[in-house]
Amino acid sequence: MSFASALPLLTLMTSLVAALVIFMLPEQRQGLRTLLNLTAAVVKLGLVAIMVAGVFRGEDYSISYTLLPGVEFILRADALSVMFAGLSAVLWLFTTIYAVGYLEGAPNRSRFFGFFSLCVASTMGIALAGNLFTFLLFYEMLTLSTYPLVVHRGTRKAVRAGNSYLAYTLTGGVVLLLGVAWLHTLFGDLPFAATGHFQQVDPALHGTLALIFLILITGLAVKSAIFPLHGWLPTAMVAPAPVSALLHAVAVVKAGAFGIVRVVYDIYGIEFAYALGVLEPLGWLAAFTILYGSVRALSQTDLKRRLAFSTVSQVSYIVLGVTLFGPIGTIGGLVHLLHQGVMKITLFFCAGNYAETLGVHRIDELDGAGRRMPLTSIAFTLGAFGMMGAPPLAGFVTKWMLGSGALASGMLWVIPVLVASTLLNAAYFLPILYRLWFATPKGWSQERRWGRLETHSWLLWPPLLTAALTVLLGILASAPFSPLSWAELVAAREYLP
Amino acid sequence: MLALLIPGLLFTPLALAVLCLLVNFRIGRLFSWVGIIVQVLVALGLWATVADQGGLYYDLGGWAAPLGIELRVDGLAVTFVLLTAVVASAAALHAGAYLDPRKGYQSYFWPLLWFLWAGLNGVWLAGDLFNLYVGLELISLAAVGLVALGGEAPALRAALRYLYAALLGSLGYLLAVALVYGSYGTLSLSGIAELAADHPPAPLILVLAALGLALKTALFPLHFWLPAAHGIAKSPVSALLSALVVKASFYIMARLWLEMGEQAGSIWLAQGLGALGAAGVVVGSWQAFRQSRLKMVVAYSSVAQIGYLFLLFPLSWGVATTTAELAQQGITLHLISHALAKAAMFLAAGNLILAVGNPQVSALAGVSRFLPFSLFSFGLAAVSLMGLPPSGGFVAKWLLLQASLAAGQWWWIGVLLLGSLLSALYVFRIFRASFLETGSDDPFYHPPRSLEVIPMALAVMAIGLGFVANLPLTVMALPVGGGVP
Repeated sequence: MSFASALPLLTLMTSLVAALVIFMLPEQRQGLRTLLNLTAAVVKLGLVAIMVAGVFRGEDYSISYTLLPGVEFILRADALSVMFAGLSAVLWLFTTIYAVGYLEGAPNRSRFFGFFSLCVASTMGIALAGNLFTFLLFYEMLTLSTYPLVVHRGTRKAVRAGNSYLAYTLTGGVVLLLGVAWLHTLFGDLPFAATGHFQQVDPALHGTLALIFLILITGLAVKSAIFPLHGWLPTAMVAPAPVSALLHAVAVVKAGAFGIVRVVYDIYGIEFAYALGVLEPLGWLAAFTILYGSVRALSQTDLKRRLAFSTVSQVSYIVLGVTLFGPIGTIGGLVHLLHQGVMKITLFFCAGNYAETLGVHRIDELDGAGRRMPLTSIAFTLGAFGMMGAPPLAGFVTKWMLGSGALASGMLWVIPVLVASTLLNAAYFLPILYRLWFATPKGWSQERRWGRLETHSWLLWPPLLTAALTVLLGILASAPFSPLSWAELVAAREYLP
Repeated sequence: MLALLIPGLLFTPLALAVLCLLVNFRIGRLFSWVGIIVQVLVALGLWATVADQGGLYYDLGGWAAPLGIELRVDGLAVTFVLLTAVVASAAALHAGAYLDPRKGYQSYFWPLLWFLWAGLNGVWLAGDLFNLYVGLELISLAAVGLVALGGEAPALRAALRYLYAALLGSLGYLLAVALVYGSYGTLSLSGIAELAADHPPAPLILVLAALGLALKTALFPLHFWLPAAHGIAKSPVSALLSALVVKASFYIMARLWLEMGEQAGSIWLAQGLGALGAAGVVVGSWQAFRQSRLKMVVAYSSVAQIGYLFLLFPLSWGVATTTAELAQQGITLHLISHALAKAAMFLAAGNLILAVGNPQVSALAGVSRFLPFSLFSFGLAAVSLMGLPPSGGFVAKWLLLQASLAAGQWWWIGVLLLGSLLSALYVFRIFRASFLETGSDDPFYHPPRSLEVIPMALAVMAIGLGFVANLPLTVMALPVGGGVP
């Protein structure tokens, strides 16, 4: 086993080992724990960076282990996997910093950071999984490792949210298991491969394949919060802010969306899936979810709940992009996988800052918060404009590509959906911005102060950096290694066998 | 080499049983530690030998079959011997610290443990129906004694009920054995298999054996005795009972089925046993969810998990050979994972109850904060029990799903998937209670580390089995007389 083929495994082990060590550390060893967390995050980022460079040069990192005859455990870095791994590695570093600041002085930190690292390990496993079976392993592991984070506060409300989270995700996992097992019985082990496996398949099996597609997507749709399986996401809002950031931007919903990408492109193959006629209904559902999430977001008075419904809507952009037949749509969907992560994590970091610094949870309490916390509010504003798709921010790139993709593939009905969604985004984000900057402050319920800065410095830097990233991703969209260039690379490999 | 190892498996436990009967708890414990080392080494040696050279028949004391005792030392048998060595050692080490040496009657734990161990090894290795019966009776009597160990009234009541059920079950099996002897004139498993190919056994034999053994395995609806016995016994005893004892009667059933099922079985018997197993999965899980005491939750979970074992019959009858192999692999792996996970779970539950000082689930609030280690062992065991990856339980579930799909018996798929969700229902009820915050004061007694690491070790094995499942599966497939190619 050479160093190169061991890279995916090493990336995974970094977080796994960190998790084990953190579980063993006594509760009060917080300095050491923070050091470990950050070291692991930085090392992982480095390893992923090496893989990104390697995949760009056309190298293939892969390692496999025969679990049972005919059942392989495969970790593999291809263009798509390092894309997701890169997103997770970058945002994880920020979230770790944020979480350390957020939980300062709180109980159960050993448990929190242990499961937090397990969660990263699972996400990395999902990104680097080389076949459906391996993907399933980590997909379930993610469910289990996020549960303790969702119920972290230990209140009755948190525990109830945990129930709802489990009811949805475990059921989704079981449905996915059925789909994966069925495919395995029919075709044996299916490694993810660009352009898919089923082009030469016997037409008699087409009906079965369509049914299995439905099963797989249903299992994945739970985590990616597609209507009507999105119910757990707003409920899980009781979790601490770094956990929400993680659920929404990096790990859970993205795992679902990423799984849909994998099934459509690397198992079925986009051309076969299109010919099978399963993409169009999925596209309709995604479009409906985009509008539904936005409409529900309008009426939410709790800041985090509004952001949660916004996530329901935004994640379906990814799915919509996937179902647009043609490379441009693909690029739009994939690039949104990254852009949505960066923008949404900014918004959740900011929401957490308002809650921690001012005790503000409801939108009508935000009046004038921009004056008290200008830096946080600038970050929030950038994230919100990004979500609306204002140029030159990251969200604009996404919407532009999705729109062009819809035109290119002749699915004109997508355009009004995009326009309506943009208007709705504005309708639920602009009132928040208005309150932040233009309303007069009414005073804060539980204000805390940290020296000269508007909030704890570990809470302040992550949203500022991710907000800056939102701008850079938009301006430098065509630079090499930007999400857009990378998505183009992936699309080129998916469409040109 | 074998001549040294195999008698060691049967005679050391019997000798220790007698020795421990003569001494008090502490000295018995000392003897038992030595015995544990011997058993583990012998089991490992035997397993490695068979894995290397294949299975064989072994005549005990050098007396050949009709007169002497013939043991069948194949891959399946030695794997179960090794499993017994692991689980029983863990339970015994736990008991050494868990039981209170000042209470006189606790000293009976050691002799009963060693009788049980001897009986288990006897059943795994027996090559004929009569020795299976002897082993089974030895197990039942030792197990009943272990349940009654506390001497409290509820324990005695549960033990008595268990005794009646066990005796009734044995009776059914013994009648079947007598009928087999009457019609074939031999009791050797291999002999019967040969004869049964031409003259299928009478249905009565099968029904009697199936009923008797199902009663002892606690197949729904014959499970009435299990929850009380397993829930009330001392935790190390519960671990032994759920992990190993109920498996012994199932093992006999499976052996008989695989030897003569193809000739004797019918689709009705196969599907009927599977249906009862499925009902057990659903009813057991639901009952587990309804229990208010922690150990009763774990005990009813055993009823549910035992149900899966009975899917062996429908999935290995009248299907392609490869499918039947998948089913056998899935079932044996499920049996092993369940043994490890359930033993871990009972021991962890015992630790939690000891720490909290209250057997109710609702008393667990705050446990996640102050007793994370024991809860973590419980959690890892639960992952395997729910059949979630990565764990032995998951690989077993995967194999069973593959078998059901390949056999075209889609109705079992529903059972397997629903079973996962139902087990999550009762398992997460425990976590829900444990994650509730109670405040910053630690009200709990902290059990010694020696008690806490044992369930953790077992749970880690149940999880680790998910990564190395191929090795035991390969060895278990080794028949008598066939080596690794």
